[in-house]
Amino acid sequence: MAIGSLPATVAAGRLSWRAHAREVLDRERVLGPLFITPALILILLLVAYPFCMAIYFSLSNAFIGRPSHFIGLTNFVRLWDSDAFRQTFQNAFVFTGISIAFKVVLGISLALLLNQPLWFKRLIRGAVLLPWVIPTALSTLGWWWMFNSLYSVVNWTGIALGIMDPPGPNWLGQKSYAMAAVVTVNIWRGLPFFTITILAGLVAIPKELYEAAQADGAGPWSRFCYVTLPMLKPVLAIVVLFSTIFTFSDFNIVQVLTHGGPINSTHLFATYSRMIGLESGRIGEGAAISLYLFPLLMFVVWAQLRFVRKQVY
Amino acid sequence: MLSRALRTKVLMHVLLVPFLVFALFPFYHMLLTSLKQDRELYDRYAVPLLIRQAPTLEHYAKLLWETEFLTWTKNSLMVTMLATTASMLIGTVAAYALSRLKFRGVNSFGTGIFVTYLVPTSLLFLPLAQVINWIGLADSKWALVLTYPTFLVPFCTWLLMGYFRTVPKEVEECAMVDGATRIQALWRIVLPIAIPGLVCAALFAFTLSWNEFLYALTFTSSSEQITASVGVTSELIRGDIYFWGELMAGAILGSVPIVILYVFFLDYYVSGLTAGAVK
Repeated sequence: MAIGSLPATVAAGRLSWRAHAREVLDRERVLGPLFITPALILILLLVAYPFCMAIYFSLSNAFIGRPSHFIGLTNFVRLWDSDAFRQTFQNAFVFTGISIAFKVVLGISLALLLNQPLWFKRLIRGAVLLPWVIPTALSTLGWWWMFNSLYSVVNWTGIALGIMDPPGPNWLGQKSYAMAAVVTVNIWRGLPFFTITILAGLVAIPKELYEAAQADGAGPWSRFCYVTLPMLKPVLAIVVLFSTIFTFSDFNIVQVLTHGGPINSTHLFATYSRMIGLESGRIGEGAAISLYLFPLLMFVVWAQLRFVRKQVY
Repeated sequence: MLSRALRTKVLMHVLLVPFLVFALFPFYHMLLTSLKQDRELYDRYAVPLLIRQAPTLEHYAKLLWETEFLTWTKNSLMVTMLATTASMLIGTVAAYALSRLKFRGVNSFGTGIFVTYLVPTSLLFLPLAQVINWIGLADSKWALVLTYPTFLVPFCTWLLMGYFRTVPKEVEECAMVDGATRIQALWRIVLPIAIPGLVCAALFAFTLSWNEFLYALTFTSSSEQITASVGVTSELIRGDIYFWGELMAGAILGSVPIVILYVFFLDYYVSGLTAGAVK
C-alpha cells in the first residue's frame, strides 16, 4: 500500500491537498486536540456550563418562569435551618453509611465464596450480577410490591416462619422501616459491583503469600486478616469511594419506593432537590440542595487522585 | 463417607444459597405476580410464593394492547442506540488521543474526563432542564439523545483508555514505519485488537442509558416521548389503584433487552465492571 502510493506522490512533483492533510493529521500535536474536541465541546456545553448555572441558581431566588435576583448564600443558610433539609442531610448519611457497611461485609463474603471451586460457576456468577444490570427503576417496582402494606410477601414469609407477629411491619409507612427498605434495595442493587470487583482483587493476590503464611502456621482466619485484607485494601478503597458518591447521590430507589416519605424520612439530596426544584418550582433552592453534594464529590475526586491513582488520570 | 474436599465444596454451595435467594427472589416474585390471575393475586390468604390457580397472560396482553408500552420501548431503543453510538464514536477517538498521543493539555484533559465521570446526574439535572428548554427540546426524547452522552462519553473514554494501553505500541509503530498514517493504524491495527474493549464499552453504554431514570423523568413527560422505565413507573399507576399484574409485567418486559444482552455477553459485563472501576 505504502510502496504503491509513495512514488505516485513523488511523481506528481507536489503534495496534493489530500496528501498534505494526511501529513498534517499525522502530527500528534494536531491529531490529539482534534480527537478530543468532540468530547471537550460536549463536556463544556452540557456539563461545565450547567454546573456553573447550578451555582448561579443556588445563589439566586430563581423560580420557574420568573426573573431571578442574586441573593448570596441565603438559600444555603435557609436550607440548613429547615427541618426537612436537616432530615434529608441526616438520611443521606444514614442511607450511605449503612448501605456501604453492608455492601463491604457481604461483598467480601460473597467474593470469598465465589473464589472457591464451585459447580456451575458461570451460572452462579451470572445470577449474582443480575440485580446490577436490570434497570433500577423497574426492579425497585418489584421491591415496592414486595413491601406492599396489604400483600407484602416479606411479611407473609416472616409470619409463616414465625419471625414476625401478624400483620408485620408496614414497611413503607413507618419511618425507620421505610429507611430499612430503601437501604435493603440499595444493598441488593449495589452488592454485585462490590462482589465482582473484590473478586477481581482476590484473584490477583499471589498464591505464594498464602503458602508462605500457611508454612508459618497461620490458620484460615489469620490468613484472611494478614494476607487477604491487606492485599484487598487498594481495591476496597476504590470501590468504597465510587460507591460513596453514587449512593449519596442516589435517586431511583427512593423516588420509586417511597417518594422520600413518610414525612421526609427517606429523602436524599437528589429526590429532595427534585421535589423543591421542579415540583415546587423553587429552582434556586433545588440547585442549592444538590450542590450540598459538591463537597463530597470534591473529597472523593481528591482521594481518588491522591491516594488511589498514583499515576494521574 | 464424603471426602473432606467434597464436603467443603458442598458447604460452599450451601453458604451461597442465601445470597442467591436475595439476588433472585425479587425477579421470581415479579414473574409470578405478572402471571397470576387477579383473583389469586388479591387473595390475602393465598400462598404468594406459588401459582396455585391457572397462570394467565392477560396482564401482558393488557400491557401490550391497552397501554403505550410499545411506544415507550421504541423510544427507549431509539434513545439508547443513538446515545450509545454517538458516545462510542466520541469516546473512542478521545480515548485514543489520551492513551497514545502527546500534545499540550493531554494530562489535564484526562483528569477532566475522570472528574466528569464521577459527577452524578443529580447534580446537573435542574440546570440541564433549563438548557433543554432554551434549545426547544422540552418534552422530547431528543433531549435524552443529547444529554445521555454527558455521562456515557466519560465512561466509554475511561474504559477504552485502559484497553488501548494494553495494545503494544510496537504493533502500531510497525504499521507506521510501513507507511500507514496514524488514522490508518488506529483503524486497521488498534481497533481490531481492542474489539473486546469496544464491545464492553458499547454494552455498558447501552445498559447505562437503558437504565437512566432521572433525566428521562425530568426532561420528558408526554406518553409519546417517555422511555420504558418512566412509562412503567408513572403511566401504569393511576391514582390510588395499582394494577400490580400489569406493573410487574411492564417491569419484566422493560428489562428484556438488557437480559438478552446479558445472557450473551456475561463475561464482558464481568470484565467491564471490574475495569471501569479498577483500571
